Amino acid sequence: MNTTVVAQLQRQFQDYIVSLYQQGFLDNQFSELRKLQDEGTPDFVAEVVSLFFDDCSKLINTMSASLERPDNVDFKQVDSGVHQLKGSSSSVGAQRVKNVCISFKECCHVQNREGCLRCLQQVDYEYKMLKTKLQDLFNLEQQILQAGGTIPQVDIN
Amino acid sequence: MAVGEVMRMEIPAGGDLTVTTPELHVLAVDDSIVDRKVIERLLRISSCKVTTVESGTRALQYLGLDGGKGASNLKDLKVNLIVTDYSMPGLTGYDLLKKIKESSAFREVPVVIMSSENILPRIEECLKEGAEEFLLKPVKLADVKRIKQLILKNEAEECKTLSHSNKRKLQEDCDTSSSSSSSHDDSSVKDTPSSKRMKSESENLSSLF
Repeated sequence: MNTTVVAQLQRQFQDYIVSLYQQGFLDNQFSELRKLQDEGTPDFVAEVVSLFFDDCSKLINTMSASLERPDNVDFKQVDSGVHQLKGSSSSVGAQRVKNVCISFKECCHVQNREGCLRCLQQVDYEYKMLKTKLQDLFNLEQQILQAGGTIPQVDIN
Repeated sequence: MAVGEVMRMEIPAGGDLTVTTPELHVLAVDDSIVDRKVIERLLRISSCKVTTVESGTRALQYLGLDGGKGASNLKDLKVNLIVTDYSMPGLTGYDLLKKIKESSAFREVPVVIMSSENILPRIEECLKEGAEEFLLKPVKLADVKRIKQLILKNEAEECKTLSHSNKRKLQEDCDTSSSSSSSHDDSSVKDTPSSKRMKSESENLSSLF
């Protein structure tokens, strides 16, 4: 094992994950999830976020359909979709996605279709952005493991 | 002793007391697949056996409370704890709670409600209906560990009660019990729900940022 390479990768990983927290992509709940991962379940976090991203895609499609016709928007259904999205984003620590959902809910309550469409676009952007970021993070993890190192536990508090 | 092995104790007061090592079986109910995965892991990591279902209706089916056939096969079904989301399509967590508390088979099983919304009337309503605790989502490991301790303690209290008398007079015995040194007052489970609510509330508030 090349300890220099491992140390460099670990440093890179640490800096990257800290930046994700600092930029508000992730919140404390993500670190709670990481605590639940161990050698026996090394893919736990990746699996959970994968389910989350699938959820995002599905819910965004449903809400998009509900918002499509200006004269016939089912705000209740959109609100239900936002509620689910808010819940699951909260459960994985996807802070930016969650925050958009908060605004999104408001738009539903006042039945603002334009506002809803903007939020929908934003939520789509945010989840895809997070997906890319986390993919990079997981790739770093893989590189560390392949180089024979261990994933650092990062304290964000 | 291996997990699941049965230990038999002879109690002088009369009758056998059969005690199993505490691997709790938890039924977790949530319509969100993400939340189901998380709660399952939280419980497994806390050494619980977990069954997850996606709806209140499914939960009732699992427990044999749906009025369907096969309820007799479920005589041996042991569920130590039910954890359920509040907002679910169809049967809500509250509806499920009510049905469980109305059943003779499962009314003694502690039910914990989870919700992403910190709505006081909702919390009060659930505690009044007999919920053990109300957890604010997202649920953390510390929440699950606390719940598990609570359940294990309740079960230990019940075993002690059985050893003193053959009848289950849980509240009466808890009042007179002096050996529990934890600051958590179990005897107040049904009498003073406000203490649970206040405890849950303050803990939930402290987990908000």
